[in-house]
Amino acid sequence: MSKRIDVDHLNVYYGDFLAVEDVGMGIDARSVTAFIGPSGCGKSTFLRTLNRMHEVIPGARAEGQVLLDGEDLYGPGVDPVVVRSMVGMVFQRPNPFPTMSIRDNVLAGVKLNNKRISRSDADALVESSLQGANLWNEVKDRLDKPGSSLSGGQQQRLCIARAIAVKPDVILMDEPASALDPISTLAIEDLINDLKQDYTVVIVTHNMQQAARISDRTAFFNIAGTGKPGKLIEYGPTSEIFSNPKQKQTEDYVSGRFG
Amino acid sequence: MSTTASFHSPTPVRPSSPRRSQLTRNQRPKWLVPVIGVAAVVVGAALSALVGFSPALWAVFAAVVFLVAAPIAVSVIEGGRKGADSLVTYLVYTAFILAVVPLISVLWTVLANGLPGLTSNLLFTSMNGVTGVHDNAAAEGQGPVLGGAYHAIVGTVSITFWATLLSVPIGLLTAIYLVEYSRGGWLGRGITFFVDVMTGIPSIVAGLFAAALFGLVFGPSTRFGFVAAVALTVLMIPTVVKNTEEMLKIVPNELREASYALGVRKWRTILKVVIPTAISGIASGVTLAIARVIGETAPLLVTAGFATAINWNSFSGWMTTLPTFIYYQIMTPTSPTSPDPSQQRAWAAALILILIVMLLNLVARLVARAFAPKVTGR
Repeated sequence: MSKRIDVDHLNVYYGDFLAVEDVGMGIDARSVTAFIGPSGCGKSTFLRTLNRMHEVIPGARAEGQVLLDGEDLYGPGVDPVVVRSMVGMVFQRPNPFPTMSIRDNVLAGVKLNNKRISRSDADALVESSLQGANLWNEVKDRLDKPGSSLSGGQQQRLCIARAIAVKPDVILMDEPASALDPISTLAIEDLINDLKQDYTVVIVTHNMQQAARISDRTAFFNIAGTGKPGKLIEYGPTSEIFSNPKQKQTEDYVSGRFG
Repeated sequence: MSTTASFHSPTPVRPSSPRRSQLTRNQRPKWLVPVIGVAAVVVGAALSALVGFSPALWAVFAAVVFLVAAPIAVSVIEGGRKGADSLVTYLVYTAFILAVVPLISVLWTVLANGLPGLTSNLLFTSMNGVTGVHDNAAAEGQGPVLGGAYHAIVGTVSITFWATLLSVPIGLLTAIYLVEYSRGGWLGRGITFFVDVMTGIPSIVAGLFAAALFGLVFGPSTRFGFVAAVALTVLMIPTVVKNTEEMLKIVPNELREASYALGVRKWRTILKVVIPTAISGIASGVTLAIARVIGETAPLLVTAGFATAINWNSFSGWMTTLPTFIYYQIMTPTSPTSPDPSQQRAWAAALILILIVMLLNLVARLVARAFAPKVTGR
């Protein structure tokens, strides 16, 4: 179920503009890895290159290698659609499909691809995915209600349930709790902790306490200035990044001296 | 300046009291504007009587007097800002009334003139075999008005059906290409430009285009329903493209990304996420496009010809639609000596045309409601 990711000499461009320069890192299976850094430093862009979602943005392209258990995501003949079914993603703002019920939202990955699934299998998948997203008890009596009828925090957990229903190996999260209140954030953080048993989780966050609470390893990104490319400054165990960083920039950032 | 005293004063403060709150300004009495309105109506009547009385002149004079007097009165009492505010407010109301008057007038006229003619004869018979002799008899009170618009209803429905069937797929796919695929490329910009040009094509030109096109293939003056449908398609496509484009553009990108992130292909994302989210807007856009072409007269005359008999076949034989039926009934009455029965039929046909458009709107609303994103039920 869970795979490791190895990134080697990755450059990301928007047109001619180099957005992220020369990133290399190894992300362990069954762990939570957090990306921190100031706004615009390329951490979200880099996250998107891990399941080729950056290609949705006009002009965006990546050079280098991203290996998923040794297989290159950018190799010749690789279908980005297959990549995305193996590497799921949860976005900053909850985005359940407004035309679908809660149940259909969870089954979206199956139904949108017109895969045949028996009624009982579908029920089981809905229950296990919603259980996995800690949402089952709250919605089990109203699965036919529209997904947009839930609160923001519930919607975000519904999006996580939708992502795990396609049984990916890796789950990427782009600031999943930044639009939520503290209670919902706590629910998401607990959930991320549970997800680590089965999945490789990579999370972008602006909240350094959150990174410290939930991640096993932390990567710090920074830019030298506007118009300069973002770079990976330091990557290591979370405790080390926050208590004993090797780089001056990291220390300044995590201690709140800038950013 | 003991303003606080007034708050605790056991006796009500009179409006003219010098110990008013400093927060409020002079306020006009509630009766002022209605009284100015009544006075404006009276003065307007007097002014129009001076020039030569007519109700329209009365209304114009009353409106002008009111629009001058009311803002001046308000600005004298409440100050210039409130005066300007009331001037613009009353101007907006006037513009609204001006916009609604023709609409109500048209509806009223069509209802008043059309309802008497809306008989079962009109709805279920054609003009086949109806001559001036019958109309003369009807005009003299010897028997009912024979003949009807059934063949025209059939023509309108079948020609509009074919036009919709042709233009909706073309328009929908063009809009999908523009929004989802072209990404501002040269082809997309070219299509947008030509669609804008097409919007401005006069309808008779579209009719001549279709007539010439089929003339090339089937010989000169080829006329049948489908030729007219092609002419209407030329007129419908830009409306469908523009409306659908706008509707697809407002589907949030987040939904597309959510779908891609689940490993769903782009065409499936468009088919199953983007279009269902926008379908209510697309449906009303298509209805608008139909409503735009269903009343076309000129292009039908040169493409579908004119018939008095029922013709269900859009691929052979001349066909009549409601607008051409109305046109011929008014311009060349069946009985030149007593045109009343023909006019009655024309008004009733106009009423049917309006009813069909209203029915289409209703259907579009129902479609929209059935597919609309569900937001209630929290």
